[in-house]
Amino acid sequence: MEYILILIAAVFVNNIVLSQFLGICPFLGVSSKVSTSVGMSGAVLFVMTIATTVTYLLHEYVLVPAGLNYLRTITFILVIAALVQMVEIILKKVSPPLYQALGVFLPLITTNCAVLGVAILALGLENSSLIKAVFFAISNSLGFALALIVFASIREQLELANIPEGMKGVPINLLVAGLLSLAFLGFTALV
Amino acid sequence: MAENLTHKENFFKGIIKDNPVFVMLLGMCPTLGVTSSAFNGLGMGVATLFVLLMSNIVVSLIKSQIPSKVRIPAFIIIIASFVTIVEMVLEAYIPFLFEQLGIFIPLIVVNCLILGRAEAFASKNNLLSSIVDALGMGIGFTIALTALGAVREILGSGSLFDFRFVSEDANTLLLFILPPGAFIALAYLSVLFNKISKTN
Repeated sequence: MEYILILIAAVFVNNIVLSQFLGICPFLGVSSKVSTSVGMSGAVLFVMTIATTVTYLLHEYVLVPAGLNYLRTITFILVIAALVQMVEIILKKVSPPLYQALGVFLPLITTNCAVLGVAILALGLENSSLIKAVFFAISNSLGFALALIVFASIREQLELANIPEGMKGVPINLLVAGLLSLAFLGFTALV
Repeated sequence: MAENLTHKENFFKGIIKDNPVFVMLLGMCPTLGVTSSAFNGLGMGVATLFVLLMSNIVVSLIKSQIPSKVRIPAFIIIIASFVTIVEMVLEAYIPFLFEQLGIFIPLIVVNCLILGRAEAFASKNNLLSSIVDALGMGIGFTIALTALGAVREILGSGSLFDFRFVSEDANTLLLFILPPGAFIALAYLSVLFNKISKTN
């Protein structure tokens, strides 16, 4: 039951993009086509899960016992940057088709604040455990995927719409994101 | 390109022509995430300005020592160190702001604005131009965040920098301090900004 609540909360109620404002750069940047947004979501799912696992273990068994809590930010970002590089190299060797699908998105993920954000947020969960942290990361990346893919689908339709000159480009996209966020606000009472 | 600019042009490009928020769309997460009041926007802007300035100075000073293959990780460590400093200083001296900004303080590390300026500017230019660039970009970012925070606070809570214009129980447009309001306010502000910067 607790896990179902985490899932619903992360995907709908506290959607990572639309209500927590993490990962806005890829949300606005790679959402012009549905196919690329699916690729990006896959890459985020992959990296976010691995990154949270590693950072959680590192925090519990290295930083906290050694009293080095203040090094959290530096350690986490280094671990994520290194992980992204490693995932890229391993994927290239092990699974070329997966690399083809996700490869271009991997370098972009280092500066995706959603990955670092979720790694930090996972430490603050109630009665946190490794399994819970990993589940939290998976739920959040599903939330990211939902927001990104829905947004990309709307943007594909927008290309055909007649938009006032001043609103073209960034403003209309932000406005659409705002309306989408408004829709997600309706889920607030779910949990 | 940057070499041909005077320091004055270099400074003002960050505020208007290449404004990080309205024109280059960098650092959108903190822009949207913390601007539920003007004070939070200002606090975030100044924190980012500090990290940007310090990392631009350090990167510009040691640019010839960093092998180009590992420059991105090196920049990230430099930035993360200054973010840690900001985190500790805020927690010790302004705990109220520390609480309000929450997770967005450690996330200054992944603000693409800072890494972007380190990579695109400070690693190619001398110390003085890097400082001017950081100040221009940082102030442009701060202005954008404060403006967005002010608009959202005025519409959403009927106050500005905690100074109230309407009574406590007046009906304000609550939407604007909720997440959707951030997107909508920024959308209209960037329309306005485009309009102003084009007529100039």
